[in-house]
Amino acid sequence: MNILRYKNYFFALSLLIIIPGIFALFTWGLKLGIDFEGGTLWEVRFPDQQNQVLPSDVSSSITQSGVEVSQASSTGNNTVILRLKVTDESKIKEIKDKVNQKFGKTEDVRLDTVGPTISRELTQKALLAVGISILAIVFFISWSFRKVPKPTSSIAFGVCTIFALVHDIIVVAGIFAILGHFANIEIDSLFITALLTVIGFSVHDTIVVFDRVRENLIKHSGYSFEEVVNHSLTQTLGRSLNTSLTAIFVLVALFLFGGETIKTFVLALLVGIVSGTYSSIFNAAPLLVVWNKISQNRQQKVKNSN
Amino acid sequence: MYKKPRLALLFIIVLTLLGIYINLPKIHIFGKTVQHPKIITSFIKRDLEPKLGLDLAGGVQLTMSADMTGIDPKDQDTALESAKNVIENRINSLGVAEAVVQTAKTKNQSRLIIEIPGISDIDQAIATVRTTAHLEFKTLKKEALIDATASANPANFEVTGLTGKDLKRALAQPSKDPQSPGYAVSLEFNGDGAKKLEEITKNNLNQPMGMFLDDNPISWPPPNIRAVISDGNAVISGNFDSQSARQLAVQLNAGALPIPLKIESQTRVGPTIGQEAIQKSILATIIGLASVAFFMIFYYRILGVFAVSALFIYTILIFSVFKLIPVTLTLAGIAGFVLSIGMAVDANILIFERMKEELSWGKPKHEALFAGFDRAWSSIRDSNISSLITTAILFEFGTGSIRGFALTLAIGILISMFSAITVTRNLLKFFWVGKI
Repeated sequence: MNILRYKNYFFALSLLIIIPGIFALFTWGLKLGIDFEGGTLWEVRFPDQQNQVLPSDVSSSITQSGVEVSQASSTGNNTVILRLKVTDESKIKEIKDKVNQKFGKTEDVRLDTVGPTISRELTQKALLAVGISILAIVFFISWSFRKVPKPTSSIAFGVCTIFALVHDIIVVAGIFAILGHFANIEIDSLFITALLTVIGFSVHDTIVVFDRVRENLIKHSGYSFEEVVNHSLTQTLGRSLNTSLTAIFVLVALFLFGGETIKTFVLALLVGIVSGTYSSIFNAAPLLVVWNKISQNRQQKVKNSN
Repeated sequence: MYKKPRLALLFIIVLTLLGIYINLPKIHIFGKTVQHPKIITSFIKRDLEPKLGLDLAGGVQLTMSADMTGIDPKDQDTALESAKNVIENRINSLGVAEAVVQTAKTKNQSRLIIEIPGISDIDQAIATVRTTAHLEFKTLKKEALIDATASANPANFEVTGLTGKDLKRALAQPSKDPQSPGYAVSLEFNGDGAKKLEEITKNNLNQPMGMFLDDNPISWPPPNIRAVISDGNAVISGNFDSQSARQLAVQLNAGALPIPLKIESQTRVGPTIGQEAIQKSILATIIGLASVAFFMIFYYRILGVFAVSALFIYTILIFSVFKLIPVTLTLAGIAGFVLSIGMAVDANILIFERMKEELSWGKPKHEALFAGFDRAWSSIRDSNISSLITTAILFEFGTGSIRGFALTLAIGILISMFSAITVTRNLLKFFWVGKI
């Protein structure tokens, strides 16, 4: 099976997702949840109301008391979820009393408030964590592949791993920027967690493929670099797909049955793991071949000019 | 260990049985509760009930910032510690068993993080936590003076006008009084306080002086006034050791150094949604496990059966570890665990794919087994290390649910290395290759 022959198609497919993703990231950006922007998320149930309470009714009664409601939607079972631009406890109590008076007994399903200092700290920490993980992994890969045999350098392995990793981050972030714009899906601190986990997984997959390349380079020294990489890919393909499949099984189970609060988180993981498997087989390894070709051509030129 | 598969197998069986035993819940049979015997529970000093996080148990988490303006920088740590202590006591008086109060300091912000799981009246809990501590010094009522036993009853005390506002600070220190050795608590009053104290000590010489924090007596029975104090420096001595002296100082300081607390962020989870979440995550875990098991057996046949056995042992072991550490289970934590199921079989898939290759090259079973584990090891090691790096970073930078996720995922990765490698290998050696 010659996987590498189609490498340009694989690159094209990646670009097909990445380009709209980048476009979405730059025009709309990610829709930030209260973790990053501050504010209050209140999910409230009206157990005594016979008719369905309309989110817009609740929202307008809150707006009357001078608090901005940035979002209101129904989550079924006479439950309304509201996002408020307020963090002050006494103000929240005032709003709750008001809603209580108007719509009868209320039951807090969930109430999250994140103050401005906390959200600022969280954003800084999240960015720092992503940065440090990428750095730590680059170091680890370069160290782990330090004894890679000729004609490649360990830098090539490191850089190609990072390429695959950045690919996955952009795919996940891009898809969530699109989802944020069209489906109102917000990202919270768990999204960052998902992103970091995806980074770990993506590298996980790439390592398995590269590890086999490393082994085969020693074993089959008579073959061309491209042949060795292709051989390694076909050997590890079963494993890569099967591993992803098992991860996808459990994540789909979590997505369907695991409850509302972690749905976005699981979705981010799901997208990331599919992307991670794809990028390690169809991007990282072919890139290694492209890298090798370019550096060989350069060496050839140097030789010819001598 | 590998040279003796029988012994290794025995070890695995014993470990698994131990795991099952730890995982057994309290059982109620014939009106009796069968519990884990004292040996284990006394060793870890608590029961083996699973610890549930806020999103599963319901309850409230508050992050409160302390307003330190007007408090001397050198007293700030004491003030925060005292505020924490007061809040702990108040929550305990609400009858909540597993509340946690932590202090968190950053460069320019002191915070208290309060977690009260399983509470139903959240509004009341917040109100209780928010009020600042009120310290009062009281003396016996005049009409109670004739009764010799009156000082045993806190109700016989009346306010003197001397309060926490008049107290500058309290300090626990070794006693200087040779008649009552050990530790003592010294109190430093401000100008106003010194005047009031002089008046009180003059009028109530040799009478008890009660100290009340939030209307609860502290240091009971109350100490006696032994001299007129005019310089505003009092010492309470008696049967104190370093710890009880410190405890009293902390309580006094709560009144002396009241810090206004502001709710910066909060998470409230209603009790019903927690219950729903538990059921949902159990369902998701079972379905996840079952689909992975089905896939492994469908694809790898007999090898898959061994991997699935290892996976069940893995699940038993990981829950035992969760109970023993204990890991507080949250939704994100459960997601971390479920995700680690996928990782646990990953090592097996790597090994089996390799074994299939080796078998197809005509190697005998035991050689293929050896080669499969040997060759797959470097990928398993490297890829798990990279995942552990990310979990470590998540744990370091994250808070709350992120930490829960990172912790369960990391524990999962570590245990999965054991189950996928040691357990599967020995099962295969014994039941698949046959006796060597």
